[in-house]
Formats: sequence, C-alpha cells, structure tokens
Amino acid sequence: MTNPVSRALQRLGAPVTNTLIKLGFACRFLWSVLKASPFALHRFSLTMREIWFAGVLSVLIIVVSGLFVGMVLALQGYETLVRFGASSSLGVLVALSLVRELGPVIGALLFASRAGSAITAEIGLMKATEQLSAMEMMAVNPIARVVAPKFWGGVISMPLLAALFSAMGIFGGYLVGVQLLGLDAGSFWSQMQSAVDFRLDVINGVIKSVCFGIAVSLIAVFEGYDAPPTAEGVSGATTRTVVTSALVILGLDVLLTAFMFRGI
Amino acid sequence: MKRTMIDFWVGLFIALGIVALLFLALKVSSQSSLPASSSYTVTANFENIGGLKVRAPVKSAGVVVGRVAGISLDPQRYVASVTMKLDDRYRFSRDTSAEILTSGLLGEQYIGLEPGADDKMLKDGDRITITSSAIVLEQLISRFLFSKAEEGGTAHTEK
Repeated sequence: MTNPVSRALQRLGAPVTNTLIKLGFACRFLWSVLKASPFALHRFSLTMREIWFAGVLSVLIIVVSGLFVGMVLALQGYETLVRFGASSSLGVLVALSLVRELGPVIGALLFASRAGSAITAEIGLMKATEQLSAMEMMAVNPIARVVAPKFWGGVISMPLLAALFSAMGIFGGYLVGVQLLGLDAGSFWSQMQSAVDFRLDVINGVIKSVCFGIAVSLIAVFEGYDAPPTAEGVSGATTRTVVTSALVILGLDVLLTAFMFRGI
Repeated sequence: MKRTMIDFWVGLFIALGIVALLFLALKVSSQSSLPASSSYTVTANFENIGGLKVRAPVKSAGVVVGRVAGISLDPQRYVASVTMKLDDRYRFSRDTSAEILTSGLLGEQYIGLEPGADDKMLKDGDRITITSSAIVLEQLISRFLFSKAEEGGTAHTEK
C-alpha cells in the first residue's frame, strides 16, 4: 500500500543514487588517470598525437568562429557606443569581452563539440569493440595507453585554442571597426591597451581556459570509458559529453568570474 | 598520418598559440599595476570621493605616477581615507595638494597631484593634507537649478 508521495520519492531515489554512483566513479577515474599520467607524459608521442587530434584539427573552426564573433561584437558594440559618442572605446569593448569571457567560454564550447565528442566516440567504440579489454589481456593498462594521453592532449590544447580565439576575435573587431567603420586605428589600439590589464584580464582568461580544458577533457574521456558498449550507448555518451560539458563550462564560468572579478 | 607530419602540425599549432598569447600580452594589454617593491604609500582624506575606485590612476601633470590602493571611511570624522601607492621614481613635496578629477565629461575619475614648494619630500606613510573633493554632477546641477529658481522667484515678486 503506497501513497503517491512515497511512490514519487521512490522514483526519485534511483536517479539520485545512480548520479552519486557515477560521480564517485568519476572521482576514482580521475585519480587513476592522474596516476597513469607520468606514463603518458613520459611517452610523449602518444600525447603528441592527441594534441594533434584535439588541438590541431580544432584550429580551423576556432579561428573562423573567433573572427566572426569579433566582427559581430564590433558591429553591435559600435551601434550602441556611437550613440554616446564613445565609438573610440570599441577596441576596449571587443578586447575585454573576448579576453575575459568569450574567448575561454565559446572556445571551450566549440572544443567540447568538436574534440570532446570525438574523444568520447573513439574511447566508447574502443570499449564496444573490446579493444580496451584486449589491452588489459595483454597487460597494457588502457587508462595509461589510451585515456591519459587524450586527457592531457585536451588539457594542453584548450588554453592555446582559447588564446587563438581571443586573438582572432580582436583581429576581427579591428577589421570591422577600423577598416569597415572607419575608426581611428591609433585610438582603437591605444585605448584597448590602456584598459586591458595583463595580469587581471589576460592571465585570468588563461586560468579560466585551463580549468575548462581540464573539465571538458575529463568529461569526454569519462563518458567514453563509462559508455555502455553498444552502438546506442556510444551515441548517448557522445551527446552527454556535449551537454554536460556545456553545462559545466557555463557553471564553472560563473564561479570563476565571481572569484576573479568581484569588487574591482 | 606519419609521426613527422603530426610533429609538424603540433609544432605549428603550439607556435600559433604562443603567438596569440604574445599578441594578447604585448599588443592588447599592458602591465598597469606597479611592482610592489618600488612604490611608497601615502594617504589623503577627502570630503567626498565621488566615483573613485580602487586601482584608479594617480596622475601628476597628466602622467600616471601611481594607483589608488585602498579606500575606506574614517569612522571618527566621516571622511573618505584614500591610500595611494606612488612610484618610487617620483617624489613630491610635503605640501602637495591632491584633488579628484574626471577625465572627460563622463570618464573615469582619478587623483591629480599638484606639487607644492616645500623642500621636504613626502615619505612612506605620510598624509597629504591639502585636498579637494570630487565634483558630483548631481550636486552641481541641483545647485544651478536652485539658484535659477531663486532668480526666477525674486523676479516674479518684483513685478
């Protein structure tokens, strides 16, 4: 004899327990990845291949979207700033929003959908086709051989991609602001330079992108390793990588921004 | 893909990333905060600091000579106490006056230092005694409006 309330509670119970189990497994997984990291960094050619896979192949999309985002920022910012006669601050607007927020955040979102999903699918398929078990049979630790290099490849690539995104965005803002809208190039750059602080803005942006790189890479390798070894399971895991990464990136961004830029 | 090709592309990628970082460091941003070792601290009390913020520049003759390090309210006299870190290279006489100015009509506020004629120089921990407050635009406008209204009132009664 169960009333609806307790039935609803029971139905709530299973997902909560499963989430907690998954979270605990993720922690254990992170620990074993970190433990296997010396091996991955020692045989650097493995990590090199993953930097190529995660970083180099993402350069094109990062460069092109960075350029477009910077251009749009400049067009929209000009529209508002020109009303207050402050159109020479356009460079400040573009540079600060890119370096502080958009570079790390959009860079990480693109990275998660371009490289993170591919990493998940690769590890998931290796698991589904029992390549990981085969490695274990041959006394090769699959975490050290496959997972840790992918993790470190992502962690190393992410800050470089975010910096590339910001730089391309600022270049796009320059193209639109100076070449198209006819602002003065000198005041564009000099106002930008005096308003953007290296330690406060650029370094904090890099710290953000490192945090996002760790989060996205961990989610990608974990979802792949945790995926049910079926075609359906791998596709679900790939979707979960992109969705979870996006949520974690945006949540972490709020947290990091609150720590870095409060009270200034 | 051959290993040398991977090496080539990864090398290019890392070089591109470092170039982007250098671009952000050298062309986009500047190191505006002074190193802590080569600065000395002075304080000044203001009746009203307006919109002055921590890290606002301290200028003398338009040249940035320091930064505002801290702002607090003196609980005894109810005046704002502003701590400034000034560059060691620049020394100011003890009767230097400080005023809060605005760059442009709506720009950021900064502290302007006007050197005096005293032989003795300000030391670390000294206080600038001659100060003038920020001009608060609202007060200025309301004062102007009141004086206008008074004028109008007297003109009306005279008739």
